[in-house]
Amino acid sequence: MASEIGQAIAAGILGGGVYALMAAGLTLIFGVLDIINVAQGIFVVLGAYLSYVLSVHLHLDLLLGLFITVPAMFVIGLVIYWLFIRPLRGAERTSMTLLACFAVALIIEGVLYQEFGSNYVSLNAWYTTASVHLFDFYLADIYLIGFGLAAVAFGALYLILYRTTFGRAVRATMQNQVAARLIGIDVNRVSAVTFGIGTSVTAIGGMVYGAISGGFTPNSSYDLISRLLAIVILAGMGSIGGALVTAIFMTTVEALVDIWQPDWAVVVFYLAMVIILTFRPAGLFGRRAVRAQ
Amino acid sequence: MTSLTHRTRYLAIGTTAVLATALVAACGSSPSSGSSSKPILIGASLSLTGDFSADGNAYKRGYELWEHDVNAHGGIDGRKVQLIILNDNSSTTQVDTNYTDLITVKHVNLTFGPFSSLLTAPAAEVAHRYGFAFVEGAGGSPLVFGEKLPNVFDVSLPVANELDPFTNWVKSLPASQRPATVAYPMANDPFATPQVQRTQGLLQSAGFKTVYSKIFPEEEPDYLPNADIVAGDKPGAVVLGSTDVPTVASFVHGFEQQHFNPKVFIAAAGPDQGQAFLSAVGGAGNADGIMVPDAWYPGYDNATSKAMVAEYVKKYGGSASDVNADVAEAYSVGEVTAQAVKATGGTNGSKIISYLHSGVTLSSVQGPVKFNSLGENTKAIAFIFQWQNGKFVQVLPAGATGSVPVLYPKPNWAS
Repeated sequence: MASEIGQAIAAGILGGGVYALMAAGLTLIFGVLDIINVAQGIFVVLGAYLSYVLSVHLHLDLLLGLFITVPAMFVIGLVIYWLFIRPLRGAERTSMTLLACFAVALIIEGVLYQEFGSNYVSLNAWYTTASVHLFDFYLADIYLIGFGLAAVAFGALYLILYRTTFGRAVRATMQNQVAARLIGIDVNRVSAVTFGIGTSVTAIGGMVYGAISGGFTPNSSYDLISRLLAIVILAGMGSIGGALVTAIFMTTVEALVDIWQPDWAVVVFYLAMVIILTFRPAGLFGRRAVRAQ
Repeated sequence: MTSLTHRTRYLAIGTTAVLATALVAACGSSPSSGSSSKPILIGASLSLTGDFSADGNAYKRGYELWEHDVNAHGGIDGRKVQLIILNDNSSTTQVDTNYTDLITVKHVNLTFGPFSSLLTAPAAEVAHRYGFAFVEGAGGSPLVFGEKLPNVFDVSLPVANELDPFTNWVKSLPASQRPATVAYPMANDPFATPQVQRTQGLLQSAGFKTVYSKIFPEEEPDYLPNADIVAGDKPGAVVLGSTDVPTVASFVHGFEQQHFNPKVFIAAAGPDQGQAFLSAVGGAGNADGIMVPDAWYPGYDNATSKAMVAEYVKKYGGSASDVNADVAEAYSVGEVTAQAVKATGGTNGSKIISYLHSGVTLSSVQGPVKFNSLGENTKAIAFIFQWQNGKFVQVLPAGATGSVPVLYPKPNWAS
């Protein structure tokens, strides 16, 4: 039993890294733009399909393929922002952007169905089935890689946000858009680039998701979005580091429950969210604290 | 004056009620023979998007292939058939709406079933409400038959019995070769759970020790933690209650990563999906020895089945191995319905229901069809198939036409 618990904790921590990768863009975009990007699930799946195309048609390794999919998703994010998000202004902006993101999700899903059909496709590489021995169990290489990529991506985001001029502009925009404009920050440009960064990080999450899921279709986004939203809400909308910690906490709890009652694992996942939000309505790393960082 | 006003109001309400009843009756009138010059309209709701979209689209091809074939042969009793297929997005509420729409707005003459027991259960109730016979091919679980609706006719094998040939084979193994322990991980789904639970009951009674028996949520993005736990128990046999390719692929990857290889590995669904399955598990080497129950496969020794497979390849391309059992199930729905329409001389729902309950034996690409009082096909035969050296072959029942010996124990993972 001790071995099972140890393995579940390890799986939870590594799985949390993967979910954090998928949720990072969602929380970053909310932090800067006040947009609940419900298209995040389909962005993950789009990232997985881009990796699939490079892997199957160009025989490019999944990790090497990220050097193409990450910039490609950045451009896609910019285009989506300029076409669908930027034109929305006024008092109803928040609700309208929610609808716009939903429309974007449906459009991307439709295009993917048209292009790839409804059959499952999967991402394969030597490391998707390999594992390393640790104590008396094995850890899957792809999860270790996913966690490593999450560490790199979060590190890069940290450096961008806290060690660059652009990052200062992003944080200023997060704290107060009007004040940011008054001190000469081009809020539109900051918002567009942030949206692009959010979607580009999702390319990495998409690749890892495609490799661990056993197969995906354009419809797979619906199973993801509720979990991703739960993670960023519980973390505190806009908290990037909080998303990592929360994702690890949630997936570890779920993996532990899996040992005894797998059918309760998902329930516990959301129950934990409800209980924590009851006592901390702003989430574990609430918005006020986040923007004061 | 007050009394007169009340009387007027009651009269108005009464008239409105009568008119509304008449309108509902007119909109949703039970199917009748209709004009012989018009095509027979057949409505179906399929999961063209959503969780069941892979199967739903295969079903669509099966229905359309049957429509094409029957029209190419002059239709049914001289009347062409015309399919109207709506997308239910794999939703139990949308499937209800779709059949109501097909019957009351589009005025179809007949209905064909959707994909999955989960959707067939609510859809059959709608068809029953309007007096339609509900011939279907993917609603074979106790969830559907438990409704005891007189209009339900499942042309396929009842799912609870799908693993029976496998169970009998495991029990028949010499004691020295038997897997001593068995694990039963299963998805929370009306298709997967009944057959695995039945197998568990039968094997436990025969002395096989259960080391794991748990139900996990159907819509998990990642099944690896479940696979790790099963691998930790090191069972000799794994009976996986799966509904799709990703579930099986996740368990295969999980087992491989844990360096665990069971002597027997059978999954309720997924390995029957041809190339999609091989690709998901990492190639034919990893599929070697994995089994799956089904009532039909492309090499099935039946003249109409062979003709259908040839027709499918001609129409959609690919090879015979690309034709999955969903296509045959859907095609069978059309065949059985056509025979009932011919026999009853039209599309009258009550006549078709009576005919299909009469004990008559009909034919289909899946073999003979005969319904009991619940609408189960009592003539359906369960087969077990296995991947052997990259080929999908029939292995059970042992001695049945087309069966080859079971590859046992399952070879180790290739990668």
